[in-house]
Amino acid sequence: MNKARKNPFNTLAMHGALILYTLIALFPVFVILINSFKDRKAIFREPLALPDAETFSMIGYQTVMKQGDFFLYFQNSLIVTVASLFFVLLFGAMAAFALAEYRFKGNTLMGLYLALGIMIPIRIGTVAILEMMVASGLVNTLWALILVYTAQGLPLAVFILSEFMRQVSDDLKNAARVDGLSEYAIFFRLVLPLVRPAMATVAVFNMIPIWNDLWFPLILAPAEETKTLTLGSQVFIGQFVTDWNAVLSALSMAILPVLILYVIFSRQLIRGITSGAVK
Amino acid sequence: MTALTLTNVNKSFGDVHVLKDINIEVEDGEFVVFVGPSGCGKSTLLRVIAGLEDATSGEVRIGGDLVNATPPSKRGIAMVFQSYALYPHLNVRKNMSLALKQEKQSKAVIEERVAKASKMLNLEDYLDRYPSELSGGQRQRVAIGRAIVREPKLFLFDEPLSNLDAALRMNTRLEIANLHDALAASMIYVTHDQTEAMTLADKIVVLRDGRVEQIGSPMELYNNPANQFVAGFLGSPAMNFMPAGYVNDGDERTMGVRPEDLRLADDGALSAAVQHVEHLGGDTNVIARVKNTQITARLFGQHAISQGETVTLGFSPERLYYFDTEGARVQ
Repeated sequence: MNKARKNPFNTLAMHGALILYTLIALFPVFVILINSFKDRKAIFREPLALPDAETFSMIGYQTVMKQGDFFLYFQNSLIVTVASLFFVLLFGAMAAFALAEYRFKGNTLMGLYLALGIMIPIRIGTVAILEMMVASGLVNTLWALILVYTAQGLPLAVFILSEFMRQVSDDLKNAARVDGLSEYAIFFRLVLPLVRPAMATVAVFNMIPIWNDLWFPLILAPAEETKTLTLGSQVFIGQFVTDWNAVLSALSMAILPVLILYVIFSRQLIRGITSGAVK
Repeated sequence: MTALTLTNVNKSFGDVHVLKDINIEVEDGEFVVFVGPSGCGKSTLLRVIAGLEDATSGEVRIGGDLVNATPPSKRGIAMVFQSYALYPHLNVRKNMSLALKQEKQSKAVIEERVAKASKMLNLEDYLDRYPSELSGGQRQRVAIGRAIVREPKLFLFDEPLSNLDAALRMNTRLEIANLHDALAASMIYVTHDQTEAMTLADKIVVLRDGRVEQIGSPMELYNNPANQFVAGFLGSPAMNFMPAGYVNDGDERTMGVRPEDLRLADDGALSAAVQHVEHLGGDTNVIARVKNTQITARLFGQHAISQGETVTLGFSPERLYYFDTEGARVQ
């Protein structure tokens, strides 16, 4: 350990900075949470006060449960997010493996083409996408969202994963070839476990924007049975009246699943499994 | 039967011609070492034999069968890599048995072969460990074990010792030699270390710039090198080269003499200014300058020679090698 890390003052300053940052980052979440348990008047009178016996109210949650099919929205969001992530990771990793592993004509060009999507926002093509979905009859289905999000996530996934796959030792892949593993087995059983931290990174990067997105659900799947959580919460925000209790309760509940997913993925980020493989 | 026959093997990467007309035969049970400086194509040649690279032209036959179009796993070979290349997410037992599972061997056979190999390599206590929990030497033994369990027609070693420290390297070298005796298998071993080549090989193939320079037993190459490159590459310390004009006025050739053939002699032909002395106990290495050439003399025993002295070195004329200006040996 180096000297700077041992110095108590430095340790204090470092932890102080981190704690401060944590507080700032968690503050909005905290405000949402406490206010979701208060009645309407209390929210406006003292937004920062904790709910007490007088102001405590579950009215927001009750409204959310009564209004619309909230569990269906939940389920839709979860299906869309998980399915999109699955396809982004599967196809992204496959493309990345091909780009990293095989020498073929136009390899670099293909890599650039796939990376181009990082620079062009997919929302520019919204009208064309809508026309396409209408033509293929996918409007108001979850597939419409899954396909769009998969397309949106792929460029970055291919870019990041191909970098990591280049770092997987050639000897290891060759050893597997000599041992009689097929290229698919090498990909699924050798390379994928080794780039798991990178996969988790890509998953986390993609997960949050998909979960929070309002744009595409509103345009492509606004029907009652395909509403996502973010879109569903919008019913409480009106032009003239906004039911803040309900909005805050809905948001509080929306945090949970994404938090659980994040914990699952971030555990994969812990490295160390590759050590000892080579050298 | 021959274990391996290479006929006019060529390999190019784009415009770069890496292997040029390689012709090599490996007999059954023979230990053949490919040796040469880095970049001479020896590892590429091994990968062509393994099937990890395709030969651009020429024939590769293993055990008499043409295998140019056969995938690596069907060639009856097993390979040990420089970086060990163990599967990091599998324990030692699974590392060793993976190839057998792919071959659809029965459980009993797998069990038996893994037990046999791990006994041979003293790995029995480590079968349930993961590669990250093993030391370098143990990892290399696992890599060798993974090759043994397959009972291949041909073992391929790609610089297996170069990641080990000096002491371990010597032990593992001995283990590989013992292994070769115990298994009586054909082995091909790639290294850039001439000591490994000399100590292990039945037959050495010296490569340079993608060409075979000379093939022969270690002593044949040592005593009878075909050219200046082979003469200089084998033997440690390396052979001394100097213009033959130093001892024969007007001679254009290059003269070579091994350090161990030089001795202190008052009537010697070479007068040398001592630059550095290495006292090794059993031997004394004297690095000295003769005119413009630095030479090394390996004197048996201990000698009180110090830096800055001038010594006279002699040699028997029959121990001299002569090379023409192209580097080819002239008798």
